[in-house]
Amino acid sequence: MKKKVILLLILVVLIAFIPLFALKEAEFGGSDDAGSQVVEEVDSGYEPIAEPILEKLLGHELPGEVESLLFCIQSSIGVGIIAFFMGRFVERKKLGKGE
Amino acid sequence: MNRKQKHMLALISILALTFGIVPNVNAMHIMEGYLPGGYCIAWGVLCIPFLAAGFLSIRKTLNEHRNLITLLAMSGAFVFVISSLKIPSVTGSCSHMTGTGLGAILFGPSAVSILGLIVLVFQAILLAHGGLTTIGANTFSMAIAGPFLTYAIYKLCQKCKLNKRISVFLAATLGDLFTYCITAVQMAIAHHTDTTITGAMGKFLMVFAPTQIPLAIIEGILTVLIVIGLETYAKPELRAIGFLKEGK
Repeated sequence: MKKKVILLLILVVLIAFIPLFALKEAEFGGSDDAGSQVVEEVDSGYEPIAEPILEKLLGHELPGEVESLLFCIQSSIGVGIIAFFMGRFVERKKLGKGE
Repeated sequence: MNRKQKHMLALISILALTFGIVPNVNAMHIMEGYLPGGYCIAWGVLCIPFLAAGFLSIRKTLNEHRNLITLLAMSGAFVFVISSLKIPSVTGSCSHMTGTGLGAILFGPSAVSILGLIVLVFQAILLAHGGLTTIGANTFSMAIAGPFLTYAIYKLCQKCKLNKRISVFLAATLGDLFTYCITAVQMAIAHHTDTTITGAMGKFLMVFAPTQIPLAIIEGILTVLIVIGLETYAKPELRAIGFLKEGK
């Protein structure tokens, strides 16, 4: 079981990072941008009807660093919750209350 | 530290490492302003019955088993984590996963629509990722269509008596992929003035699908891992929810 888990984790990391090293030239932009390019191609007359609310308030794009901060907050909220409950489950099992 | 705790620790540290390294880029969901008004409203309205069903389903589950709120919170948190990870893919662009598979398998697809909506609102307001005008369409693809397919595949695999972990993997992977297919369809329906609707659909699929395939596999694996963790430590909850059979 333990081996399987570790193998799976290694697999995840490999799938995630091999492209980064294999495709050195690629810029790894978001598929959002790719999406807007396709819209350009198939519907050239289209103008976006709205812009992101935060960008409107700021008057410019969100700085990359701040964006990464917000993404970090999002994942840390998630990890915090998962780790907290997982910790409780683990303790409970240890104390013999949850089988 | 026993063996199980050790591998939980390994799991958590590797997850943490992944979050630290992944480069910061824009990723998926239909961008703010990229659907005409009519479509925004139509997709939004289409979501309402599912969201209502989701609300009722969550309330019913929690009324029956108050302690399941822990699992529900974890499923929601899983969506939070997974959908914030933008991962480089073979096509040279980045995308992220949906994370809705876990909730769909545990709580049923309608319950996940609420969890997904929360994440989408967060991303649309703070991250300029997705958008408030396109929230209906994004909710439909990520929090409704994907989870429903996940659930259907999971049930089908159970019927075929497939190994539980393989079922979870297949369900989560295909559900993730399906989310992006639906996104492509939604985009194609709205944007095809210069070509045919199927032509546009093909083009959008070509952009989204190949990028998403490896990520869908990652999502499948991560979902299996968290299910393994839960099976080990949260048996009573999984039994209450019907994921594990009684007396097994």
